[in-house]
Amino acid sequence: MSRGFVTLLYKEVLRFWKVSFQTVGAPVLTALLYLMIFSHVLESHVQVHGVPYGAFLIPGLVIMSALQNAFANSSSSLIQSKVTGSVVFVLLPPISYVEFFLAYVVAAMLRGMMVGVGVLAVTMWFAPLTFVAPQWILLFIALGGGIMGTLGMIAGIWADKFDQLAGFQNFLIMPLTMLSGVFYSIHSLPEFWQLVSRFNPVFYMIDGFRFGFFGVSDVAPEISLTVVMASFLAVSAATLVLLRSGYKLRS
Amino acid sequence: MDAMSVAVAIDRVEKRFASLRALAGVSLQIAEGEFFGLLGPNGAGKTTLISCLAGLVRPDAGALSVMGHDVVTDYREARRRLGVVPQELVFDPFFSVRETLRIQSGYFGIRKNDDWIDEILANLDLTSKAEVNMRRLSGGMKRRVLVAQALVHKPPVIVLDEPTAGVDVELRQGLWQFVRRLNQDGHTVILTTHYLEEAEALCGRIAMLKQGHVVALDTTRNLLAGVAGQTLQLRLAGSQPLPPALGARATESDGNWIFHLAGLDEIEPLLAALREGNCVIDDLRLTQSDLEDVFLGVMQNSGSAHEGGR
Ligand SMILES: Nc1ncnc2c1ncn2[C@@H]1O[C@H](COP(=O)(O)OP(=O)(O)OP(=O)(O)O)[C@@H](O)[C@H]1O
Ligand SMILES: [Mg+2]
Repeated sequence: MSRGFVTLLYKEVLRFWKVSFQTVGAPVLTALLYLMIFSHVLESHVQVHGVPYGAFLIPGLVIMSALQNAFANSSSSLIQSKVTGSVVFVLLPPISYVEFFLAYVVAAMLRGMMVGVGVLAVTMWFAPLTFVAPQWILLFIALGGGIMGTLGMIAGIWADKFDQLAGFQNFLIMPLTMLSGVFYSIHSLPEFWQLVSRFNPVFYMIDGFRFGFFGVSDVAPEISLTVVMASFLAVSAATLVLLRSGYKLRS
Repeated sequence: MDAMSVAVAIDRVEKRFASLRALAGVSLQIAEGEFFGLLGPNGAGKTTLISCLAGLVRPDAGALSVMGHDVVTDYREARRRLGVVPQELVFDPFFSVRETLRIQSGYFGIRKNDDWIDEILANLDLTSKAEVNMRRLSGGMKRRVLVAQALVHKPPVIVLDEPTAGVDVELRQGLWQFVRRLNQDGHTVILTTHYLEEAEALCGRIAMLKQGHVVALDTTRNLLAGVAGQTLQLRLAGSQPLPPALGARATESDGNWIFHLAGLDEIEPLLAALREGNCVIDDLRLTQSDLEDVFLGVMQNSGSAHEGGR
């Protein structure tokens, strides 16, 4: 990888790190509030997969926060530099579209993982967590962040205005992440909604991620991994095609 | 111009934006070491041409190269050799001036660049602002940072798209001194500006663009030779008419009569004719013809020749 790529990645990380109070701190606080409210209300009544509800909820909150922030990172960085025009600074140098893609996606992954670690660090004290298979934990948060970072790139490239981006976020990303088993096991859903959930790739990210903690899940982690990898490849290919064509970046 | 010495080659470049023909087949060759001016009215296609050269805009037809490297097929090498100061005043609000320049160096593959960055900062009178966030700079200072950003990788070809818009007089002088020195050191400089006296003073050769066509291309000296002479402006008292003998030679603007003279010896007969017609002169001004006259002449004469292109 060229120095240009390394610098672009560094710049993308520095961009959110300089305002980490908002980009990492705020989502951690939000997740903590979710946990306190939901687990307080439901703790005594509910167990999922034999796991107390509070413990079940934590991995869901961790990866949901990670996914939403990975998306936010690449999409907001791109739209901001497009709107202000400073995107020329990354279009003028000898950086290939593949390097461009990787820099934004890896930065989004890192932001997602930092938020995830932050959420885990503040929530893990509230419920008995286990870490049965940490390799799955890492794998799913990384791939999930990659997918969301890539979707964020597509949204950031496509949107001309901030409200278009907000639309993408509110009508696609939020429903996908919320309706994916963060707050429940899909086995507790009616038949029809179980079926719908199985078409949501975010469901597999969360299910596989949770497997890493408890060793139990709605579907086998290998299946989740396959779906998540295939989704990552699909959205990456689409984004690379966009970038190569210069869509909205090089007129 | 032999192949070795060509810094920028632009070959029949066309670009449309929807139904608008921004570039209608532009060809130019700029030699290494030239100080080249790209002039034209608003919307002539100057920025579009520069953007094609920089890879920001993809031409519909034609080819461009920088130091022999095609800007599409060999874009890495081409971009390494090109520094562009964009026309729009853009900046990244997250970083300080120094951070901005370090990051820009990194994009071009340069790791330790602080010596050169310090030199650029000094030359652009930005040293005291090095650690200041971009947001806290004035407009003119931001423009200077844009110039600095274009220079971090010491590009052999430097393109400045209206670099002096909004820059104060003192810095403008300093900027030109710096750019001139870079040019003397062998950098090829391409400049667009609406300040024609700047172009006249700096550029060895000039292309004029109108509606996507090159309508004039020559050395500054030759272009000026075409309008050699002086312009005489005079106003008559009480809005008297000119004597018929002179009326045909003059053009009127705002109550002023304007005469183009081939030489100073034409003044005496002109004044004599006025005296004979009992005209009383209220105001009289004599100016040397300059690039502005050339520019206006070229733009008028190339009038509708290309209108069909739309
Ligand atoms: N991205 C774009 N989309 C649509 N039209 C464009 C675009 N960029 C430029 N144009 C049009 O192309 C024409 C040439 O524009 P360009 O910016 O190259 O002019 P210019 O010579 O740089 O003018 P100025 O002196 O005002 O900077 C203009 O009519 C402009 O409206
Ligand atoms: Mg322009």
